[in-house]
Amino acid sequence: MGLALGGLRRLASSELLDRYGLRERVEALVQSSTRNGFTAAVGAGRQFAKASKAINGGKAARQAPVEGSAALFDLTPDEEQQMLVEGFGDFAETHLRPAAREADDTCTTPDKLRAMANEMGAMVLGIPSDLGGVVDERSAVTSVLALEAMAAGDMGLTAAIMAPAAVASALSLWGDADQQARFLPAFTEDNPPTAALAISEPHPLFDPTVLRTTARREGDELVLDGVKALVAHVDRCDLYLVSVDLEGSGPALVLVDAGTAGLAVKAEPTMGVRATASGELLLEGVRVPAANLLGDGAPEVHSEMIARTRIAWAALAVGTAQAVLDYVIPYVKERHAFGEPIANRQAVAFTVANIGVELEGMRLATYRAASLADQGKPFAREAAVAARLAEEKGMQIGSDGVQLLGGHGYVKEHPVERWYRDLRAAAVVDGMVLV
Amino acid sequence: MINLEVPKKFTPAIDQAKAVAEHVLRPISRQYDRDEHTYAKELDMLAAAMAGMEESGSMKGTGATGVKREKPTNGENRNASNMSTVLSIKEAAKGDLGLMLTIPGQGLGNSAIASVASEEQMERFKGKWAAMAITEPDAGSDSSAINTTAVRDGDHYILNGTKIFITAGERADLLVVWATLDKDLGKAAIKSFVVEKGTPGLNFVRSEDKLGIRASDTAQFVLEDCRVPAENLLGDPEVSVESGFAGAMQTFDNTRPLVASMGIGVAEACLERTRELLAEAGVEVDWDKPAHSQSAAAQALLDMEADFEAARLLTLKAAWMADNAKPNSLEASYAKAKAGRMVVDVALRCVQLCGPVGYGETELLEKWARDAKILDIFEGTQQIQLLIIARRLLGLSSAELR
Repeated sequence: MGLALGGLRRLASSELLDRYGLRERVEALVQSSTRNGFTAAVGAGRQFAKASKAINGGKAARQAPVEGSAALFDLTPDEEQQMLVEGFGDFAETHLRPAAREADDTCTTPDKLRAMANEMGAMVLGIPSDLGGVVDERSAVTSVLALEAMAAGDMGLTAAIMAPAAVASALSLWGDADQQARFLPAFTEDNPPTAALAISEPHPLFDPTVLRTTARREGDELVLDGVKALVAHVDRCDLYLVSVDLEGSGPALVLVDAGTAGLAVKAEPTMGVRATASGELLLEGVRVPAANLLGDGAPEVHSEMIARTRIAWAALAVGTAQAVLDYVIPYVKERHAFGEPIANRQAVAFTVANIGVELEGMRLATYRAASLADQGKPFAREAAVAARLAEEKGMQIGSDGVQLLGGHGYVKEHPVERWYRDLRAAAVVDGMVLV
Repeated sequence: MINLEVPKKFTPAIDQAKAVAEHVLRPISRQYDRDEHTYAKELDMLAAAMAGMEESGSMKGTGATGVKREKPTNGENRNASNMSTVLSIKEAAKGDLGLMLTIPGQGLGNSAIASVASEEQMERFKGKWAAMAITEPDAGSDSSAINTTAVRDGDHYILNGTKIFITAGERADLLVVWATLDKDLGKAAIKSFVVEKGTPGLNFVRSEDKLGIRASDTAQFVLEDCRVPAENLLGDPEVSVESGFAGAMQTFDNTRPLVASMGIGVAEACLERTRELLAEAGVEVDWDKPAHSQSAAAQALLDMEADFEAARLLTLKAAWMADNAKPNSLEASYAKAKAGRMVVDVALRCVQLCGPVGYGETELLEKWARDAKILDIFEGTQQIQLLIIARRLLGLSSAELR
């Protein structure tokens, strides 16, 4: 296991592999080096030293709720949001969609795409300007719109690009002044760190309110033990935000530098969203300062984090489901059977109609949950509702997309089989992205 | 700013509709379900009160007095009568759907008149209760196939045919009757006529015995050489492909969100009561937990809440678009399709979850499950909504996608 997986991944995306027919051999190597178990996590070597200077006047930035109580019902994005949707929509079409197949095959996200997205503001979308971001106020609605627009290009690449931003958002939302000063500035730089939420755990019926990963206090330190699953860029991360059951208090979030002793990683390629290069994170007697607890370890912070990741997944599902709808419409009009386009048959046409109905319902439920979050109102129910719609209707849309193309939907010449796999991620993956 | 909350300015109207639902409709709900065909005299007082409230402007748009196309805005967001109407109707339907459909002066025919009538006609039919007469024994969803004829004779049209399934037909003052000027010319020749009760040749046949909405009468009429003044024709009297049938169908674009909102109201009634009954049995949804780690009953509640929310927001969107003069035919059908199937599913599952309590007549759940089914049928069945949606999404004509 002399090679770091990250290096392999970069290798896998290179044209050289195909030119010399090396891909199969390298892929076999990836499998053998991971199948045996965990390898030590090394991260990318970035250090998050204690901040030398305060940001935001030494105060933790807190989001002020948007005044919405007197507001009218409105589905029109503001100007900034419209520009952003157009920008990310173009990016999705011209860069993400063309790269999606290879990213899925190789379980990689090209660094170039991450850099491009970050240049467009993907990383700093959730960081308010007080903390070095670009937006006056961070907005869950804006994040939803961005995720939706990008996911219409590819869900896996979008999740991979936005996974580090989720940690930046969490720091902006719940970090104290010291945490924000120590970790956030790096995220606003040209070469931001790779970071990931580590929430899910590798067992059936996982429930984020009942965690097996534990944290116990020892003096000024926390000692973490457990296994996390579905962690994006697992072997490339500089920083993990890990959910744990905090001794005597319940679910909590802890920042863990990748260089901390006791961490190990294991690649675990998944059915879909493969570009996220997800895997498992093993924590064995990992010691971190108690000051790494986010939001003082309050269970409410953990609940809100879960609700916000659910909204993010709903947004990804909405974008992907829109891609399905946009793809099947021309297909069923061009595909002929029994002497006419199959679109002329009600069995086909009604399937398309149902995609339209459920997609729009899912979209509105997602917007509502995000908008309530921005207004500082309770949104646990709305997030659960949006997530449930994404879980059930999103999956159905993924399945219908393949069904409408029949045998052609089952082969990789068309993207619908990938969307089928990707849409199953909603409600299976806890964490990874956040609004 | 994207905001999907109901604006505060509608609170007084919603509260008023809630009060009516709670204090007037709900207490007599079971009684008039049992006494089908008995006119609910309690509604006379309500109709008068509602007319008063509308005059004073405090309850504007309550009931199906009609929805109007709004003028385009200057890019400014507007929440107006379409939205307040769906919100009020939702509350009334939550009280009792059958009774709501038979509130004097609040017929769907009034919507048709409000949508397409001239100012002179509006004035002439003001304060009258109007029912819609479209369906015939041999023409339901395919309303272009109607056989009732209208033949011009001097200052009158002579109408002949049979009309069925006329909501509030027995009790209304006016019938808005769809008839064809020339069957050979197809849809373009279909016009609607206001026929006043008492017009010779307009003969009441019977009111139906039904599965649900039993407080509301559903009438059958035969028109035998029924002479109707020419000025009672709604819209353009000329047979034109553009303005003909499309104009008549436009009524449905406007009323679909209203019917969807009735579905929201009935579903909310079912969900509220089921939530109470299940809470007494120790079952509540935990919003923080995934569905798979909750009981099957809690999971069913979560699923129903999700579908309910989707339907509710689709309905609000359709109304919001109408308020802002955005074409909303697709969204109106999204709302109607989703609300129609959602309310049937929710109502039947609530009965199932509550078991013998849900199935018995002490509770209203079984009644709501019977009432709900009409909402997936009238004003365009589920299948018709899907046809409309599919044609729009796929860009296919009714000749291509039949």
